[in-house]
Amino acid sequence: MAAQFDLNNDGVVVIIGSGAGGGTLGNELAQKGIDVVILEAGARHEYEDFINDEWDSFAQLAWKDKRTTSGDWRVAKDFPNLPAWIVKSVGGSTTHWAGASLRFQEHEFKTLSTYGKVKGANLLDWPVTLAEMEPYYAKAEAKMGVTGTNNWPRLPGNNNFKVLKAGADKLGYKECHTGNMAINSVQRDDRNSCQQTGFCFQGCKWGAKWSTLYTEIPKGEATGHLDVRPSSMAIKISHDASGKVTGVVYADKDGKLQEQKARIVAVAGNSIESPRLLLNSESSKFPHGLANSSGQVGKNYMRHTTGSVYAVFDKPVHMYRGTTMAGSIRDEARHDPSRGFVGGYEMETLSLGLPFMAAFLNPGGWGRSFTTALDHYDHMAGLWIVGEDMPREENRITLHKDEKDEHGMPIADVHFDDHPNDTAMRDHAYKQGQSLYAAVGATRTFPTPPYPSTHNLGTNRMSEKAADGVVNKHGQTHDIKNLFVSDGSQFTTGGAENPTLTIVSLAIRQADYIAARMSAKSI
Amino acid sequence: MVTIYERKPGLSRRELLKRGGAGALLIISGSAVISPEHAWALQTAALKPETMATLIQVARDIYPHDQVPDKYYAIAVKGHDETAAKDPAHKELIEKGIADLDKKAGSGGYRGLGWEEQRVALLKEIEKSPFFQAVRGGLVVSLYNQKEVWPIFGYEGESYSKGGYIARGFDDIEWL
Repeated sequence: MAAQFDLNNDGVVVIIGSGAGGGTLGNELAQKGIDVVILEAGARHEYEDFINDEWDSFAQLAWKDKRTTSGDWRVAKDFPNLPAWIVKSVGGSTTHWAGASLRFQEHEFKTLSTYGKVKGANLLDWPVTLAEMEPYYAKAEAKMGVTGTNNWPRLPGNNNFKVLKAGADKLGYKECHTGNMAINSVQRDDRNSCQQTGFCFQGCKWGAKWSTLYTEIPKGEATGHLDVRPSSMAIKISHDASGKVTGVVYADKDGKLQEQKARIVAVAGNSIESPRLLLNSESSKFPHGLANSSGQVGKNYMRHTTGSVYAVFDKPVHMYRGTTMAGSIRDEARHDPSRGFVGGYEMETLSLGLPFMAAFLNPGGWGRSFTTALDHYDHMAGLWIVGEDMPREENRITLHKDEKDEHGMPIADVHFDDHPNDTAMRDHAYKQGQSLYAAVGATRTFPTPPYPSTHNLGTNRMSEKAADGVVNKHGQTHDIKNLFVSDGSQFTTGGAENPTLTIVSLAIRQADYIAARMSAKSI
Repeated sequence: MVTIYERKPGLSRRELLKRGGAGALLIISGSAVISPEHAWALQTAALKPETMATLIQVARDIYPHDQVPDKYYAIAVKGHDETAAKDPAHKELIEKGIADLDKKAGSGGYRGLGWEEQRVALLKEIEKSPFFQAVRGGLVVSLYNQKEVWPIFGYEGESYSKGGYIARGFDDIEWL
């Protein structure tokens, strides 16, 4: 049964956010008998409440609070107040994610050593290696039911995959399959298998796709050690004179401010909200925000080098039928500077429904060039590009100087400029994607610009040395030993892979570390 | 393109209906835009019906789909009339925007320009204006989010209530 802890209980671990990082950490700690309070800004919608309609679902799940943008990225022009397409709901963005679960490659933990210094990029090696992460990747894959691991079959390929595969074969790509997906290909974990319904981004109404909402969270609650509070927006982390954090001030469902006392605080609000909260927790002792002696909080914001390629054929495809992202080509994920850039990218099947295709194919576009593309919607196939982008100090989250939200907390500004390496990689990927579809007879292809960011990373980076980043190899802040970061903002660099599997693996590992330190009474 | 018969030239609605007409046909009557052939009418509350008729044409010129009937463009822009009824600033934005297009078009007004290219050339001139941005920005949702237009594009929408596509063609491609 779900726990209910007193606000003055200062023995609990308070986690801010219930997504891949926070939801996983909460359950892992609860399983070890540690009392946990999760503060989640969004409401609790169970999976039968999800809506298979793009705009209605967006209204139900998306984080729509106003943000501002700056920089030369196209999102700032097309969606100036919506830099990211992420979720405000119990389960966080694990309700919305597509399920792609790929391990980082060994060199992606060592980018500075592997790529060398890249001008205008703030590359750094992670303080962890693939070898150290492997056991945790294995635990995460087992927990999440990742297809192609643990003898779970891969998902069957849908029409969009079949087009991708045919093109991949023509281009000579070797590693093309229906992916490693945290989507049940068989019934397991008391959950359904995939029914090829589409609408993976709108929340899986079958519960076949792993989400903390209906896996980690109820399992944690069943221990009696987990208290999840929806509609609870964290405003400020409090600390004492010694500099240890002591609790979290949050606005409850009625907008009333409350303070939950804490032994440990873990921040897992995704890479925009997590640094926003640390920066907003400034005090006379920490005038630049919590855990920010390095000045790196909010910096090195990454969003993956993305883009899509859609193609129209003379015959029907119906790409929207079936699992949205069960299709992947990994050949370009390697590091091969002869292509004109460092790092690599994945190509994964993607489709949007007609309403979102109209909104995202070429934002701002109109006239016949635009509408004749949509006229052939049912003859379209599509893929998404997801590649490693360069961390840059100037790409960052800052607190807006004037604008505040309903609780009086400054809103976040998201600044992003593409690095020349990002642009070179995207151009390469567009060319490969367009060639792939041309090879199977596409009559027209569309190099589609990035959507609002779904992979938000890096703004509280992990580093060996305290001067280079915000947290150590366990996500513990260098400055404050009972303050942790548990989401993708820990990423030192982004890798080419969809980040969720790595976030979950880091959270499992972090839970072991926190439990050990708590029993040793060193926190 | 849509041919519009105004009341001014002397054709009564009755006469129009009697004559029938080739192709789509929008007429203005009182405060309504009427499509006698397709049996729908749009009553306006705040905007002039002539403005609404032009707005429907503007909507089609922005997102031209020859297989989509006028009705759906009318539904897509009627929100501007509702907003105008509550917000005088919005009413002025739309009325002035349309008046400006009519002025640019010359004596016959925007709807008097026979070719889509002629009308699109005028829209290009005002592409950056708040009027155009408001109309296009609203339309990208209000046109394509109508469930009734989805089948015209071959989009089937939700499938959960039918058990997904697992037994309904998720992998039925035959031409590869």
